[in-house]
Amino acid sequence: MATSQWWASESFWRKTAIWVTGGSFVALIFLTMDTIPQISSGSKRVPAYSVINHRIEYKFDEKRHVQVPVIGAKEPLFGKELNEEEAEALVKLGKLTTQAKNCMNCHTLLGNGAYYAPDLTKSWLDQYWGTKEVREVQMVEFIKDPSDKLHNSVGRRMPKLEITDEEARGVVAFLKWMSSIDTNGFPYNFKSIEQEN
Amino acid sequence: MATLGQLDSANLNGGQKLAVKYFTVAIVLFGAQVLFGLLSGLQYLYPDFLYGVLDFSVNRMVHINALVVWLLYGFLGSVYWLLEEESQHEVVGLKLGNLIYWVLTSAVTVVVLVYLFVQIGPGKESTIWLINEGREYIEAPRWADIGIVVSVLVVFYNVAATFSQGRYTGIAGVLVLDMLALFGIYLAGMFYTTNISIDQYWWWWVIHLWVEATWEVMVACIMAYGLMKVLGVSRKIVETWLYIEVALMFGSGILGLGHHYFWIGTPEYWFSIGGFFSALEPIPLVAMVVHAVFDAGARHAKNSNHPAMAWLIAHAFGNFFGAGVWGFMHTLPQINLYTHGTQWSASHGHLAFFGAYATIIIAMFYLGVQRWRSGVWMSGDLPGNGWKWKWALGLLNLGMVGMTVSMLVSGYVQSQIERAIEGSTWMGYFAAQIHPWFAQGMWWREVFGVMFLIGFVLLVWDLLTIGKGESRAMQPAVSEN
Repeated sequence: MATSQWWASESFWRKTAIWVTGGSFVALIFLTMDTIPQISSGSKRVPAYSVINHRIEYKFDEKRHVQVPVIGAKEPLFGKELNEEEAEALVKLGKLTTQAKNCMNCHTLLGNGAYYAPDLTKSWLDQYWGTKEVREVQMVEFIKDPSDKLHNSVGRRMPKLEITDEEARGVVAFLKWMSSIDTNGFPYNFKSIEQEN
Repeated sequence: MATLGQLDSANLNGGQKLAVKYFTVAIVLFGAQVLFGLLSGLQYLYPDFLYGVLDFSVNRMVHINALVVWLLYGFLGSVYWLLEEESQHEVVGLKLGNLIYWVLTSAVTVVVLVYLFVQIGPGKESTIWLINEGREYIEAPRWADIGIVVSVLVVFYNVAATFSQGRYTGIAGVLVLDMLALFGIYLAGMFYTTNISIDQYWWWWVIHLWVEATWEVMVACIMAYGLMKVLGVSRKIVETWLYIEVALMFGSGILGLGHHYFWIGTPEYWFSIGGFFSALEPIPLVAMVVHAVFDAGARHAKNSNHPAMAWLIAHAFGNFFGAGVWGFMHTLPQINLYTHGTQWSASHGHLAFFGAYATIIIAMFYLGVQRWRSGVWMSGDLPGNGWKWKWALGLLNLGMVGMTVSMLVSGYVQSQIERAIEGSTWMGYFAAQIHPWFAQGMWWREVFGVMFLIGFVLLVWDLLTIGKGESRAMQPAVSEN
């Protein structure tokens, strides 16, 4: 084998490996520095937690050609308007609960997780909850004890996970906030609960 | 030298004695992975099975955590295995390395027991610290995270110090830097944040930069060592290939991270970056296949260990198809919009983890038992024509391919019905799940899972018995350069 050519030499490829790795990593650092502020809560793509005080819809955007979350008029969760800190505390309780109850090993959140149960990205907007008037109550009751509620015809049921009333409200707040994140049109073609048009 | 064909730790150097301990735990956890995978698969068919006792979430968590930990144990074992030969120096700080093995193994045991018997906790940070972090793949509670970091620092010290004091080869250079990156990246997954977009941004640093970058380079190092051992390929060739692979792997894999940033709230420029670089990701895997097959064939090599060589070839193809082809099939955002978070991902995950990682660690197991039995014959003409390793190889690979294809069929149905037509609503999700085509896929997956289990049992039986009572010394690995 002719190994005298520069392109077949060990030292050429060692240097290439080092430069390519270093270069890619530096590029990733710069991209990360650009991305993090754009996805911090309170940014355009990821709204502040107090967004739970508002109506959230998921509408087709003619320009981007995908559905995007639209934040509407005041529509406080559980009928009570929260300031930014209270809203964050409630969403935090919900997020911690989703981790503590291991939701992600049945459900997907933003499409990531397991595939045994429905995706939760826009679950706040799901038609399954009936009407907007009963949605919040339905969700809290379901999360607290889903084991005896109607699910589907395959017999798959969510177990009762010892979730308190306060935790369940937190989870609903978290889900409402998550539905306001601009996910570039994922999930596609989602059919929302009744919306203003 | 001890008697040929008898398991005797006198046949092993210090690092190798520790390596076989890691390998043993790896095999036990591999078994746990298969078992809990079968349980979760069964729950798709009989949802009431173990409902409220071992729910799907628990079984699936143990399934994927056993996977991650057994592969890590396999890597650590492989590194300790080659360390003294490669550096031509005794392992520095071996006593500490041994101690850490016991610490790590105890921690893993406690974590698994807590997963199984405590399962969940209240929605407080204490749950994340003590019971379960609730983030896929890195569910281990924070106390265990800290234990893992301390342990791997010790392993890193063993490796870096041994190479520094002994011979610092090309493989050593790549391995040391790769381990540093592999362990450093783990830190990105060790904090809590309420913002799920930020959470998943860093979570992917751990998951992606492990499995699609640092782990791939880790197995490239093991492959380089393996080819020298099994076929006697020259160091110059394997090390040049290793650098090429590192360049291609990190060059595509680091920014290929972008394919996880399509739908988590991150800006749209990740479409182009993720799409472009992840489309390049199969290239190093093609190189890997060329590398393995070319070296095996073109050099008229005499092969010192047939089962290990067979598994190395299974690795080359499995890595290319599982990680490369199956990954590429749904990596572009134009298709990923519909396949993201469906059985497509499960299909890809199974073939990729098995093809890229399980296979090569199994090859190391065979190298391990060969030396442990004092360097016995493991080439052709084994007793019974080596039926056990051949059947294990066949059943494990067929079982895996069968599971992968079954889940892909279900994935087609799911992405079409749930994602494209129904738009991922609750009703849409179940419209796909009840579809007979989807359900058939889940049945076939379980059937092939059982085939895989039989292959696993045969593999363990073979590893325990191959070379037992063998009187021929091993065929030396010879290769024309």
